[in-house]
Amino acid sequence: MIQVIAFYLFATLTIAAGALTILARNPVHSVLWLIVAFFNAAGLMVLAGAEFIAMLLVIVYVGAVAVLFLFVVMMLDIDFAELRAGFVKNFPLGLLLAIVLVCELVLGIGAERAGGIQLGTPDGTAATAAGASNIEAIGALLYSKYLFLFEAAGIILLVAMIGAIVLTHRQRGGVRGQNISRQVARRPEDATVNMQPEVGKGVQL
Amino acid sequence: MDWSQSLRLVAPELLLSIAGLVLLLGSAWAKAERDARVITWLAVAVLAGCAALVAPALWDGAHGPDRLAFSGLYSADAFASFAKLLIYAAAGASLLVAPAFFDRVRAYRPEYPVLVLFAAMGMGIMVSATNLLTLYIGLELNSLAAYVLAAFLRTDDRSAEAGLKYFVLGSLASGILLFGISLTYGFTGTIGFTGIASALQGGLSTGAMFGLVFVLAGLAFKISAVPFHMWTPDVYEGAPTPVTTFFASAPKVAALGLTMIVALQAFGTQVAAWQPIVIFAALASIVVGALGAIGQTNLKRLLAYSSINNVGFLLIGLAAATPQGAAGMLVYLAIYVAMTIGGFVAVLMLKDADGNPVEELADIAGLSRHRKVLAACLAMVMFSLAGIPPLFGFWGKFVVFQAAVQAGLIPLAAIGIAASVIGAFYYLKVVKVMYFDEPANKAVGQSDWVHQALLALCALFISPAGYLLTKCLGALAASAAAVLFHA
Repeated sequence: MIQVIAFYLFATLTIAAGALTILARNPVHSVLWLIVAFFNAAGLMVLAGAEFIAMLLVIVYVGAVAVLFLFVVMMLDIDFAELRAGFVKNFPLGLLLAIVLVCELVLGIGAERAGGIQLGTPDGTAATAAGASNIEAIGALLYSKYLFLFEAAGIILLVAMIGAIVLTHRQRGGVRGQNISRQVARRPEDATVNMQPEVGKGVQL
Repeated sequence: MDWSQSLRLVAPELLLSIAGLVLLLGSAWAKAERDARVITWLAVAVLAGCAALVAPALWDGAHGPDRLAFSGLYSADAFASFAKLLIYAAAGASLLVAPAFFDRVRAYRPEYPVLVLFAAMGMGIMVSATNLLTLYIGLELNSLAAYVLAAFLRTDDRSAEAGLKYFVLGSLASGILLFGISLTYGFTGTIGFTGIASALQGGLSTGAMFGLVFVLAGLAFKISAVPFHMWTPDVYEGAPTPVTTFFASAPKVAALGLTMIVALQAFGTQVAAWQPIVIFAALASIVVGALGAIGQTNLKRLLAYSSINNVGFLLIGLAAATPQGAAGMLVYLAIYVAMTIGGFVAVLMLKDADGNPVEELADIAGLSRHRKVLAACLAMVMFSLAGIPPLFGFWGKFVVFQAAVQAGLIPLAAIGIAASVIGAFYYLKVVKVMYFDEPANKAVGQSDWVHQALLALCALFISPAGYLLTKCLGALAASAAAVLFHA
């Protein structure tokens, strides 16, 4: 019973947050509503027994993608009023895309009803240990059987990092960087002078 | 299969990754360009060490279950060793030619050798792949490093454009490949190549057929076979010449090796399904490569079309789908790498009086008057690429066509030979411009001794003296190719 209630709660909130993402006038609010939608979708995933995907949703989509969106919306000067003005002009195209999507859905569900597609039978190499939660099962495969590929994927990320630095980092001339050792080595007597200026005359340094 | 055994088998990749990390750390402290040169030489030494590690497996003709590492994710067999030797040699050559080129614009950085090492590691993983996951990880590691290398001269507009173009189109190709991989997995239920082969033994379902087509399309992009070749001339022209040398040699070997593994091992039980695709790609590449090159005025673009053309000839060996065809491809690949490196090193050596690179065909008119040796070497490369008999390039084409004829693909071989005559036209045009046109007196600059040594080495390999190697090369290629047909 509690599961059904939780499902309807998460589902309603996901749909409502999704609708508000589109309808909100302020783009920053849109992104915030999107984050709410992600959180509720994660809740749905937990209910479905896919807690690993739930975690990924929170970490990747909320933690990285939504924050990136927020940065883009806040930092770039996008004129949303102008974007909305194109709505009427692009309406036929949008309608066409919607019709294509509906057709795909109908065809997909029709194929499923007609008995599905003859897929291959899994060879069992990716079978998980019985009784393990799916996070445990993924971890056990990733760090034992697929360790080589996991480490190689790590090297790919390192190459991406090197690439980003190589292509953007440059030494600029004429920058006044902070030299900490010079600052620390400087004594008060080098930096300050006591003067006794006479009235009506400037200070001679 | 215990861990120590697995780690021993992946020793070249381990050495490359550790050396890459150490040199990366070293490059953080590198200041002068001299440090970058030291790191380059160290990277070349690492590649030589890796070559020494993989060579014994090739000599023994190693194959079978005890060459599989990490429960069958990686195979250190004779085929992989053959491809890796070519890859390491080509990567080493493109490292050696780099400092002299980049120093002129003061843009040489120690990250260049580090990225090449990681790319070489990715290519090694590609040719050792025994399943779709390993294939994809290796391919991405190589591609990601390659995108950065293409844009390495980031202040140069053409280099930045080449990098961006390569990145966008390469990601698209990766997407196509991944789509094919997921379809293949879905319809066969396995990602291992031997598993796919046995699952497809009974017949090819429509879904698996789509998977096959998408996987081949993704790979065709990486080997720049027609109709997925459009990026090649632009990227080859825009990228810095040492990087182009690298692109045209090592990744081509890796991607072609991978295509051979996928076609002959994973889809080896469904030859009839992919043979027409490969035949089409081969003929289209030969014709487009030959016709496209005719109008080119830039030497790098011309060599790019030449590489498309050569990929076509290589695919003829694959279309044969026999051990002879695969062995012929490997022999051709070895010769192709030498010809390509020779060609691009010769282009690197063309400089004007101020040391700026000369890339236009018109600028090398009458080169034979003042740079006799360079002109002679470039002419040899061109004759060899055209496949004119006394030179070694002829042998590569000969073994591939022989395999096609033996496999009963006589029309394919006939059309290929006819099209290679069209190709000969533009290769000979370069020779004619160098020897018989009025001197433009532009390419007069002196060149680095490393370039001269490499060009001499390549010229020696493709000269008639190369025929002394035919027996040894043929035997090694045959034992390497046999691995693909054992499963």
